Amino acid sequence: MPSIVAIRDLRKQYAGGFQALKGVSLDIEEGEIIALLGPNGAGKTTLISTVCGITIPTSGSVTVGGHDTVTDFRAARQLIGLVPQEINLEPFETVMNTVRFSRGLFGKSADDGHIERVLKSLSLWDKRDNKIMTLSGGMKRRVLIAKALSHEPRVLFLDEPTAGVDVELRKDMWDVVAGLKASGVTIILTTHYIEEAEAIADRIGVISKGELLLVEDKAALMTRMGQKMLHIHLSQPTEAVPAALAHYNLSLEQDGRVLVYTYDTAKERTGITKLLTDLAATGLVLSDIETRQNSLEEIFVGLVKEDA
Amino acid sequence: MNLVAVRSIYRFEMARFFRTITQSLVSPVLSTSLYFVVFGTAIGSRINEVEGVSYGAFIVPGLIMLSVMTQATTNASFGIYFPKFTGTIYELLSAPVNFLEITLGYVGAAATKALFIGTIILITAFFFVDLTIAHPFAMIAFLILTCVSFALLGFIIGIWAGNFEQLQLIPLLVITPLVFLGGSFYSVSMLPPVWQTITMFNPVVYLISGFRWAFFGQADVPIGLSLLAIAFFTAACVTAIWWIFRTGWRIRQ
Repeated sequence: MPSIVAIRDLRKQYAGGFQALKGVSLDIEEGEIIALLGPNGAGKTTLISTVCGITIPTSGSVTVGGHDTVTDFRAARQLIGLVPQEINLEPFETVMNTVRFSRGLFGKSADDGHIERVLKSLSLWDKRDNKIMTLSGGMKRRVLIAKALSHEPRVLFLDEPTAGVDVELRKDMWDVVAGLKASGVTIILTTHYIEEAEAIADRIGVISKGELLLVEDKAALMTRMGQKMLHIHLSQPTEAVPAALAHYNLSLEQDGRVLVYTYDTAKERTGITKLLTDLAATGLVLSDIETRQNSLEEIFVGLVKEDA
Repeated sequence: MNLVAVRSIYRFEMARFFRTITQSLVSPVLSTSLYFVVFGTAIGSRINEVEGVSYGAFIVPGLIMLSVMTQATTNASFGIYFPKFTGTIYELLSAPVNFLEITLGYVGAAATKALFIGTIILITAFFFVDLTIAHPFAMIAFLILTCVSFALLGFIIGIWAGNFEQLQLIPLLVITPLVFLGGSFYSVSMLPPVWQTITMFNPVVYLISGFRWAFFGQADVPIGLSLLAIAFFTAACVTAIWWIFRTGWRIRQ
């Protein structure tokens, strides 16, 4: 099946000479949620802006639903909904009017039934006649999503949808995204919250300094990059790692109460059985054992550091 | 052609106008009435007829032009500047619309508003002076053309402007002086010969002259030349807007 969004060697150099995108290629499958993760200034917003037509690419091409975003921009843009990072709304308009306007702008004939469904799904229906300036920050962000969904797009770009949003609202937003995915919308979101990518994405792309460092299935990424740590709690603290265990590269933590063994889950042999056997031979008594997996955050920091 | 989009922009802009209808209409009507009282009645009663027309009636076309040009320019410039200011322009840029559709929506709405105000002022004028219109259709055509061409100019200003001060700059520093010096309140033939020549470089002279011809059947410059001038001005504005959207100047990076 051809991908719904195909980005080919996309480059963007701003007038000042800054290279925001250095040849990004990416295929996005219909119906998936892909999270683009990267520090501030990595090129996430430029990538989205270029796909949506707000920024003119220096070179490279993008197709959406098979339509080139430059030569066949009408067909391509009709499929796209964009939720910008900044809360860009006209303060004096009502929610209903501004959402209706968005639908019309995309060439769709008026359909208040659809708009009602969108507003209800975002818990905005009660606020439909309110002026936007009277809404809270979280509600305004929902209005932006409603505008983006007003013309029934097949691809939705969410540029940092939860930046500056409190924890509760962030969870709400994740529910909204999950609901959209269920309705078949492809979602591309940028974030610098690792937990967000971890919580809702199917695939994760890491962008740094205008380059896409990797794109991988979330679970595969975490397994591939993930190191696990075996924490061995001792009933009596020990002063040093016994010589017999030296080749396991153990580290001693918590005043000698915990031995930490780091291993790679992708390896065929993790060495745990042998370690535990050897450990028993040293006469140390165990009180507890636990394993911990690297979070995406640790993987991410490792990647971006490597790149620096 | 995405006509639904054109209609959406047009309606959205007109809704803004009707929401503030009182202030949109009261201030131009009030200021024009003041002109009639001061120039038409108080001072005008001491001025002889100009080109066979009472002074009060003579200034009507000029006053309408002054309002229409200012209103068309400021409305159109504000209309496109406001989305830039609030950031909602992202939506226009990412929507399946081209430059022609965006321009039609914004300029159409601004021109309609100016036309509305021009008509109200014309009606107001009938309360102050005896007025006959020699060529009503030409009058309407000139009025519409002026609304459209100055709305186009305003649209360019709105895209160019980086802040609210710049938005006011061109109407205040360029349009108002050109209109005042363009024969709104006098006939060009009343000026000394040197100034008559200089005045001919003021594009507004051709518009006001043509508009006045539609009322009284006489003009400072031939009517054909007036039409040519307004056609040239409109074409220049459309070309500029086409270039702006093609290059993304000030709106697309």
